[in-house]
Amino acid sequence: MIPHVLAELGYLLASACFIVGLKRLGSPATAPAGNRLSAWGMLIAVVVTLLDTQMVSWTAIVIGLVLGSGIGLWMARTVQMTSMPQLVALLNGFGGAASVLVAGAEFLRSELAGEAIPPETGVVIQLSLLIGAVTFSGSLIAWAKLQEVMTGKPITWPGQKLMTGLIALGIVGLAGWQLTDAASLLPAFYTVIGLAVVLGVLLVIPIGGADMPVVISLLNSYSGIAAAMTGFVINNHVLIIAGALVGSSGIILTRIMCKAMNRSLANVLFGAFGQTAGTGGAIGASSEGLTVRSVSAEDAAVQLAYAQQVIVVPGYGLAVAQAQHVVRELADLIEKNGGTVRYAIHPVAGRMPGHMNVLLAEANVPYDKLFDMDAINDQFEQADVALVIGANDVVNPAARSDPASPIYGMPILDVDKAKSIIVMKRGMNPGFAGIENALFYHPRTAMLFGDAKGSLSALVSEIKAL
Amino acid sequence: MSEGIIIGIVIFTLATFLGFELIQRVPPTLHTPLMSGSNAISGITIVGALVVAGGGFGWISTVFGIGAVAFAMMNVVGGYAVTDRMLRMFSKDGGGK
Repeated sequence: MIPHVLAELGYLLASACFIVGLKRLGSPATAPAGNRLSAWGMLIAVVVTLLDTQMVSWTAIVIGLVLGSGIGLWMARTVQMTSMPQLVALLNGFGGAASVLVAGAEFLRSELAGEAIPPETGVVIQLSLLIGAVTFSGSLIAWAKLQEVMTGKPITWPGQKLMTGLIALGIVGLAGWQLTDAASLLPAFYTVIGLAVVLGVLLVIPIGGADMPVVISLLNSYSGIAAAMTGFVINNHVLIIAGALVGSSGIILTRIMCKAMNRSLANVLFGAFGQTAGTGGAIGASSEGLTVRSVSAEDAAVQLAYAQQVIVVPGYGLAVAQAQHVVRELADLIEKNGGTVRYAIHPVAGRMPGHMNVLLAEANVPYDKLFDMDAINDQFEQADVALVIGANDVVNPAARSDPASPIYGMPILDVDKAKSIIVMKRGMNPGFAGIENALFYHPRTAMLFGDAKGSLSALVSEIKAL
Repeated sequence: MSEGIIIGIVIFTLATFLGFELIQRVPPTLHTPLMSGSNAISGITIVGALVVAGGGFGWISTVFGIGAVAFAMMNVVGGYAVTDRMLRMFSKDGGGK
């Protein structure tokens, strides 16, 4: 064992690594080194803990370490980039579970040793159990929705909110009772965990699949807060610092996602958005009178081959079709002909914050060609062609102009301002939110119908043949 | 309230503010690696898990501890490894992996 002061300094060093590591995530150039620094911090924390504690059983530790590292590494190596939201959801849940187990074990240890638990420690143990368990079960539901193991539609029933509220009240009541009454703690302890697991399920099932980016951001924050609470339980500052950093990160991402959808967090969590398909807005009623202009791959190829400024607007449909690599190929051809290609990325283009950027990076698209909504929106007017691939609601001008539309007020990419617009789409079905899109009927819009990957491949071979 | 808890609250509050400052500077392009990387950081619960697993506080605690170490390690190793895998794909010239 090492002197405890040395251990504390070791934890401080670990915290510093986390902080500088996160700072280096501020730019793609320094990010890989930042992540590695953060990992070094974790290694330091682990080694310090092993040296600082009087370990009785190494077997248990080795079993846990080997099992966890093996599964973790396997998941990290095999996951598809399109499935990244599911992985992050799972990891959030595991973090929650770890907090529950640590706080729970600490509680049981004091119980069995007959130690009196001071009220403030009691409170942090309860918080750790509650937040951890909600994070765990909520994340598993989010995973199931993203993986499409269960329906992505909101699951609601009459009295659901009342039920959720009662369970929350029950948890508070039980937790309070445990703090005041020293007797019969164990049944209450297990009941709190059980109820918190149910609460996590109830909080996530009424939320639609399209809102999962917000949910996993929020659960990300919870997993951090749970870790911080566990830090209070075992009185360890590195847990409190790291947990608080993650907690604030998740909250920032949650806020960005909500803003990008023009919805309040309360509306996302309790609004059951996407349940009633297509109340429509004005376009829905009048779409019969409007005409859609469709274009052949050949004509679209000619247009793209001679365009100077092309802005590609990728949506999730692009990722579903696994068409990122063909897009890159198309962009290379356009650039070879003297044009420039940039990518306009809406914050909710993928299934989690920044998802589309990762998918394009996987296809070797340089990151300085990826532009955020705010950075590129005033550039559409100069664009010869805006190429919309599998995006729908995020380019719907109704969000700007039609107060009756359910997405009115949502910030969108101003694709309709481009000199010409090519929209690649399977058919005329409305998008996730079930809303008609005025862009498809725009006089400068040409629709290129078909599967994104097939259409893009056709464009590539047409341009090559020119 | 014990002094330990008060110090904890002070540290928690300051670290939260620091977190807001740091994370706000992360560009949207890196938000997915940020999430997976911060996931790995929240695996810091491993510190508590190791003590619980190896401390010899009775078999229930040990079972809880093994579970906690395994879950936290999945977070740590899975989180850092996948973040590294993603960040390697981001390149300025689009040169390759």
